[in-house]
Amino acid sequence: MQPLFRSRRDRLDRLRRQREEAVEAASKRESIPQSGTQTCPNCNTECTNAQLVQTDYVCPNCGYHLPIGAYLRLSLLLDPFTFRELWAGLTAPNALDFPGYESKLVAQREKTALSDAAVVAVGKLDGRQAVFVVLDSRFFMGSMGVAVGEKVTRGVEYAKKHRLPLVIFSASGGARMQEGILSLMQMAKTSAAIEQFSRSGGLYISVFTHPTTGGVTASFASLGDITLAEPGALIGFAGPRVIQQTIGQELPEGFQRAEYLEEHGFVDQIVPRSQMRETLSQLLSLHRKGVFHR
Amino acid sequence: MNNLTAAQRVKLARTPGRPGTLDFVNALFTDIFVCKGDRLGREDPSIFGAIARFHGKPVTVLGHRKGRTFEENMKCNFGMPSPEGYRKAQRLMKQAEKFGRPIITFVDTPGAYPGLEAEAGGQGEAIASSLALMSALTVPVISVVIGEGGSGGALALAVGNRVLMLENAVYSVLSPEGFASILWKDASRADEAAGIMKLTARDLYQLGVVDQVIPEPEGGAHTDAKAVFEAVNQALTRHLNQLNKEKDLAAHRYQKFRAMGAVREEVEP
Repeated sequence: MQPLFRSRRDRLDRLRRQREEAVEAASKRESIPQSGTQTCPNCNTECTNAQLVQTDYVCPNCGYHLPIGAYLRLSLLLDPFTFRELWAGLTAPNALDFPGYESKLVAQREKTALSDAAVVAVGKLDGRQAVFVVLDSRFFMGSMGVAVGEKVTRGVEYAKKHRLPLVIFSASGGARMQEGILSLMQMAKTSAAIEQFSRSGGLYISVFTHPTTGGVTASFASLGDITLAEPGALIGFAGPRVIQQTIGQELPEGFQRAEYLEEHGFVDQIVPRSQMRETLSQLLSLHRKGVFHR
Repeated sequence: MNNLTAAQRVKLARTPGRPGTLDFVNALFTDIFVCKGDRLGREDPSIFGAIARFHGKPVTVLGHRKGRTFEENMKCNFGMPSPEGYRKAQRLMKQAEKFGRPIITFVDTPGAYPGLEAEAGGQGEAIASSLALMSALTVPVISVVIGEGGSGGALALAVGNRVLMLENAVYSVLSPEGFASILWKDASRADEAAGIMKLTARDLYQLGVVDQVIPEPEGGAHTDAKAVFEAVNQALTRHLNQLNKEKDLAAHRYQKFRAMGAVREEVEP
């Protein structure tokens, strides 16, 4: 039995080490400069970074929700020291031999310290264990190629296997053009995974953040049991520019914004960033008597 | 036909005289009963739906419909479905599953309609729920890309146990025009885009996205439609026979799409 215990202990040690390293790396990756200012893209107010850190990157003047990175998002939601990232180093090769794609990927990785545009994590929110998938719009506009599709699918399969609720934050320009048809296939792959998860009784909360368009809107992001959106988030299948070209006229004010989708019946509730954690906690608690009770 | 460029195939796939869904349906099926409407308030003519017989056995047939004339094209929106079309398709797929009918789909669309009403009606949700539904169907599903396979609007009818493709059909994440316009802000470089997008049947076969390439006559499908119908007939028969032996068709389909796209992982420490 001795060797068995030893290998178990080693594995636990390794896991603990990994976890600690991941937390440390994550906090480093998004160390926020406290000095300096940013201009709100909505009302052009000059906000100091110190202010924005206080407001979780919501403009103090107009309430505009600035896009935030995946790790910052997770840190706003998860209980301290419960974060464990899964498949952090997963990437996809340049399967279509698309000219210049590798060097672009390298540049994106250097810029963001992400391996691709999705982060999968297990963690606790208000004491409740769940799987979180967060897309990061800083990396190739959060576009879905094979790596994002695979991470989302693995996250969903993990949630199914371990009977955990699933929360996905979407932010995406759509399919990753450089991975062509394989990007398109990720729509089928992720939707199929969600369907199996759903049929097994799993709770999936989908949160649209700014902007979510194209292949992500037309796959897993639109398949939540509960669908939430951040205020003002642009959500659509076709981009506004394409639609404008198609219909040849100006688009109405507020078109494809979260509020528009709520009005048309595609979003349960619009939840400001400051209330997201509380709302998710409420939803997780409302579903805890189900199959996925923990 | 081996020496055509991708851009030339894009043009062939869009040739006005090329056989469309209705031509295939009329040539390959008997006892056709057309089914219309999403039961939610609209009929979208850009998606064709019917119950029919294939070699005597009932099947459900779905397909994108383009028009021959300008008027026809206006009516079916140049083969660009609205959410209502996808919801009709979902209704008919569920019905096929209920009655144990195999589903055969013909894919031929520039893409889902990118318009204001389509967005207001939930184009994204309609495609997403089609993908989810189709992925889990317990009956055999065979999709044939016969012309243009444009983006999510094509995929929403193409989550099949088998995906077959005519030699000069194309299937891509976006039209070459859209692709060029996104990547280079210049839609006029569409031919160049087609060249690097890997959108031909042969490319897609090599990538494992397509299971069989169905050859076309010299000059394209429209030069000898009968030969093409016969080739599709034979392919459908063969694959349907194979799929009838498959025990768990939903699991088979899940695994097929689960395997799309290889990844690299850092070795665990």
